[in-house]
Amino acid sequence: MPPLLQIEHLSVRFDTDDGVVAAVDDVSFALNRGEILGIVGESGCGKSATALAIPRLLPMPPARLSPASSIRLDGLELTSLPVPALRALRGARIGMIFQDPMTALSPLRRVCDQISEALRLHRRLSAAEARHLALDWLVRVGIEDPERCARAYPYELSGGMQQRVMIAIALCHDPDLLIADEPTTALDVTTQAQVLNLMQALCRKTTALLLITHDMGVVWRMCTQVAVMYAGEIVEQAPAPAFFARPLHPYAIALLEAIPSAATRGRPLRAIPGQVPSALAWPGGCRFAERCLCAHPDCLTQHPTLAAARSDAARLVRCPYADENTP
Amino acid sequence: MKTLLDIRDLRTWYPLRSGLFGRVRGHVCAVDGVSLQVRAGETLGIVGESGCGKTTLARTILLLAKPHSGEILLDGRDITAFDAAERVAYRRAVQVVFQDPFASLNPRHTILDAITEALLAHGLISRRERRETAVGLLADVGLGPEALDRYPHAFSGGQRQRICIARALALKPRLLICDEAVSALDLSVRAQILNLLESLRTKHNLSYLFITHDIGVVRHLADRIAVMYKGRIIETGPTESILGAPQDPYTRALLEAVPVVGGAHNAALSINRVLPEKAATSAT
Ligand SMILES: Nc1ncnc2c1ncn2[C@@H]1O[C@H](COP(=O)(O)OP(=O)(O)OP(=O)(O)O)[C@@H](O)[C@H]1O
Ligand SMILES: Nc1ncnc2c1ncn2[C@@H]1O[C@H](COP(=O)(O)OP(=O)(O)OP(=O)(O)O)[C@@H](O)[C@H]1O
Ligand code: SF4
Ligand SMILES: [Mg+2]
Ligand SMILES: [Mg+2]
Repeated sequence: MPPLLQIEHLSVRFDTDDGVVAAVDDVSFALNRGEILGIVGESGCGKSATALAIPRLLPMPPARLSPASSIRLDGLELTSLPVPALRALRGARIGMIFQDPMTALSPLRRVCDQISEALRLHRRLSAAEARHLALDWLVRVGIEDPERCARAYPYELSGGMQQRVMIAIALCHDPDLLIADEPTTALDVTTQAQVLNLMQALCRKTTALLLITHDMGVVWRMCTQVAVMYAGEIVEQAPAPAFFARPLHPYAIALLEAIPSAATRGRPLRAIPGQVPSALAWPGGCRFAERCLCAHPDCLTQHPTLAAARSDAARLVRCPYADENTP
Repeated sequence: MKTLLDIRDLRTWYPLRSGLFGRVRGHVCAVDGVSLQVRAGETLGIVGESGCGKTTLARTILLLAKPHSGEILLDGRDITAFDAAERVAYRRAVQVVFQDPFASLNPRHTILDAITEALLAHGLISRRERRETAVGLLADVGLGPEALDRYPHAFSGGQRQRICIARALALKPRLLICDEAVSALDLSVRAQILNLLESLRTKHNLSYLFITHDIGVVRHLADRIAVMYKGRIIETGPTESILGAPQDPYTRALLEAVPVVGGAHNAALSINRVLPEKAATSAT
């Protein structure tokens, strides 16, 4: 059986006044039902662009996909799917939770109507039934006074409440693929736990989840697979337990060391020195070379490929020295 | 340490309307009797459930929302007694970085405009100095000068948040309110920004009101923590004692729910809502 989601050679370009921004470069991965893939990485490295490309929600132009890009859902090629079919698919089979809730919610309509609409798109429900289910979903995402929330307009809700309304809309029609772009950043940890449990329960059944987050604790708790992105590329991809036991890519290692905690109190955090290079002109060699503490002379000229790690063929890493770098 | 900001029994209510412009049916008591002090040079972390009133508290302090009752004192003086010039000074002294970097930048203004607008308005720099000043501010938050003439849409969430921080720091505030300011940032940029905020604090004797859901962040940088629940502060104290020996059952539940690398794994966390339901709305 083919994987539920198969992405191959995905490249996203933005045509801007300054030139072409190579936001996503030759990204490939597959995701099966029941799997949760966590994508982590530097801000601006192309996580959202990757996620938005799947249901074709990138603004085109300025965005475009390179001709080699292929995105298949259950074998169906999405990059060339006609718009009406795509639109139907988006609602029915793909659930999206965005980084910014206000882009997904309509500002002038009550919360209840927005959830009911999502529910009634795929099931024949009377208005009263839909309303009842909508309230039920507000409770399931941890809203304490669902009646008030249902009647409210989005601007009358706190950031976290808006985010949960969007989560309810994404989850309520039982999608095959759930794409969640920082779904819990505006939520407190107890509500976050509730929402994560909900998503996890969904994935135990038949859904695959693509989870973008900056919170390594969330990745640890939720994900079966981890992909680390840097400068538009995947630099490491591994089963989650192996990744946390021993990250291989120098960027991934540095990322895990930058987590603030009680142990870091009173001293500076280990930030990675320097900046991500400009997406207008990626450097020719390793894109992390300028900031890499283990860089070798040829790192500046040789662009490393994403290849199986020597120590573990089940993991991919974009650094020929990865196995030497780690203790 | 001197008290910079003193908040006494503050209440901020939102009207509940029956339609967009309809009749007022009651009120949401978003901030419901909050008292707290921020001392000069300290970082006060505010944690609490989503919807408990943290942003409303911030908005009230920033004079963006009108309190129903209560007092706000800066350097011991009630801000309602301020004259026009003092109010301007107050607005400069208290700056904010909000949780939503998408909404806080005007899409039609370049980054240069966004960062230097307030500086020009307050007459703090001349037109000629503006590029140079902006380059310096951007460098502080880890962005290069090529960002200056671009528009917000061309930046990722984290990059926009850095721009917002640069803009807030431009006015050299005494109190910087950070409302989920670093939650959209990736770990290494977050580390850079937290280090930056920390160095600015010592350099300028800056105070922070740090609203966040990330317990790791408050653990790392807050001197004191206030735990908010349904419009009130339920517990406040030094960081070590709140996180080490929380007294309130809600605080305990909050700490237990923090996902940490090496912690509970792939197992459903138990979430029990510990405090009895308190009606968030009240009829008028
Ligand atoms: N509309 C656009 N026009 C031009 N460039 C864009 C546009 N949208 C995004 N980009 C660029 O594409 C790159 C990838 O952006 P993306 O939003 O995918 O980052 P991200 O990894 O999601 O970051 P974050 O963690 O901050 O959300 C960034 O360099 C960004 O500046
Ligand atoms: N403009 C408004 N009109 C009516 N009610 C509002 C308005 N803004 C906020 N509220 C309500 O006030 C309460 C507190 O909201 P606030 O935004 O202060 O919460 P918060 O603690 O910042 O939450 P979060 O962590 O989710 O950002 C919520 O119940 C919210 O629905
Ligand atoms: S290829 Fe070289 S520069 Fe790049 S991560 Fe590996 S060691 Fe560092
Ligand atoms: Mg993003
Ligand atoms: Mg808020």
